[in-house]
Amino acid sequence: MTAAIRAHALEKRYRDVHALRGIDLTVEQGEFFALLGPNGAGKTTFISILAGLARATAGRAEVMGHDVVNDYRAARRMLGVVPQELVFDPFFTVRETLRIQSGYYGLRRNDAWIDELLTHLGLADKADTNMRRLSGGMKRRVLVAQALVHRPPVIVLDEPTAGVDVELRQSLWAFIRRLNREGHTILLTTHYLEEAEALCERVAMLKQGRIVALDHTARLLSRDAERRLELKLAPPRLPPELQGRLVECRDGRYCLRLSDYAEVETVLASLREAGIRVEDMALAQADLEDVFLRIMGQQV
Amino acid sequence: MTGFLTLFHKELLRFWKVMLQTVAAPILTALLYLLIFSHVLEEHVQVYPGVSYTAFLMPGLIMMSVLQNAFANSSSSLIQSKITGNIVFVLLPPLSYVEFFLAYLLAAMVRGLVVGLGVALVGLAFTDLTLAHPLWMLAFALAASAVFGAIGIIAGIWAEKFDHLAGIQNFLIVPLTFLSGVFYSIHSLPPFWQAVSHWNPVFYMIDGFRYGFFGQSDVPPGVGMAVVLPSVLVLTGLTLLLLRRGYKLRH
Repeated sequence: MTAAIRAHALEKRYRDVHALRGIDLTVEQGEFFALLGPNGAGKTTFISILAGLARATAGRAEVMGHDVVNDYRAARRMLGVVPQELVFDPFFTVRETLRIQSGYYGLRRNDAWIDELLTHLGLADKADTNMRRLSGGMKRRVLVAQALVHRPPVIVLDEPTAGVDVELRQSLWAFIRRLNREGHTILLTTHYLEEAEALCERVAMLKQGRIVALDHTARLLSRDAERRLELKLAPPRLPPELQGRLVECRDGRYCLRLSDYAEVETVLASLREAGIRVEDMALAQADLEDVFLRIMGQQV
Repeated sequence: MTGFLTLFHKELLRFWKVMLQTVAAPILTALLYLLIFSHVLEEHVQVYPGVSYTAFLMPGLIMMSVLQNAFANSSSSLIQSKITGNIVFVLLPPLSYVEFFLAYLLAAMVRGLVVGLGVALVGLAFTDLTLAHPLWMLAFALAASAVFGAIGIIAGIWAEKFDHLAGIQNFLIVPLTFLSGVFYSIHSLPPFWQAVSHWNPVFYMIDGFRYGFFGQSDVPPGVGMAVVLPSVLVLTGLTLLLLRRGYKLRH
């Protein structure tokens, strides 16, 4: 099957910045994929090249098998982009904005789909409101609708929930999840790592223009991610053989490092032998933020 | 084709929705020029035999309005879109650079011609106008609006802030149009300034346009068109080249 997005040895140099340093990446059709990285890592540059807003210095990129330069018309029809900036055209109403955007993609009579988008995005009662009069959250929804007017199989969301309230964030994700279930490929960049963890099957982490991690989210979380055991002990002391596992002790709670959940048994046995009672116990696994911080902390 | 037509339509809507500023205001400005200059000079100046000064002035003012508004339309639309960031809505879809160019150019020409027509209609209240050669008149109006529409696109792409655009408008467009025979015949100028005027392409646009009304001009209309038409072609080529390379639009 043709990949939804394929990048091969993608390079981008600006005058004094080497923004992308050879990106190889394939996102399969139907995936919910996250592109993570700190500011300046190259996420937006990568998306801009896919969308034709920037031109690669070397390498190539394809959307649904269409080269973004040589076959740009087909590639752009396959792609819907929700830009990071909250941009709008102040001359038009919401419906006019969506009709115009449809027309750019060659769609003349698109009102049935526009109405559906307006309904799903909670914009139905704002259809005839000028863009200037919308709140920031509403403008963000229109941006999503604009990206979807031509029913693209691949949808790119560049920081779509930045500055968006919790309610809108939830409804936006419910809608995007539905699109994904219906077969759309989603490429997401976000600073909210818990969103990527909850939504995305695979994750690529970018640092200084390079991919430094690329894996299934679950595998990335389990791979060298340490588990932790939190204990409240009576009396509050730790046997000497467990001292090596201690990460921290705060408010009478001991946080111990485990390399495997099976080690819980060993820890409990040591505590029993020492005559220490467990009053409370919790297991914690590293989240994507821990993995992200660890990987970003490493040298490229 | 739908993509191009949509962009063209969007550009027309853009100026039409604020027509008080984009159409009515320039018509009023031209009318003020007409009232003041005709009041002061009507009794004292007759440029062509049998043509009153007010009638002589009219085609110049119409053409000046056409040129300035064609430039203003494409340049202001592009700079606004760039600064607000909504240019991205035009750059993301599968529009070719030729469609992009034609849509912005034709919309600029329409705005220029609509304002020009408005000036002509209002001016008819003050003087009679005859059309000796309507095809020449039309040809010069179309070609000249295309030249300034294309300059507007180039300026809009190049400018990074409104200040840049204001610089081009005030230091290039206004002097070029004012010093091109809108208000006078270049034959009334000293020889040096006559010679300088011949290097100003706007002079040929206004002179040829005026020929369409009176059948009289400073240079034959064929000569004027031989200057204006290549200007259209050169500017079209240059604009297409910039758009194809994505100059200041696609990084």
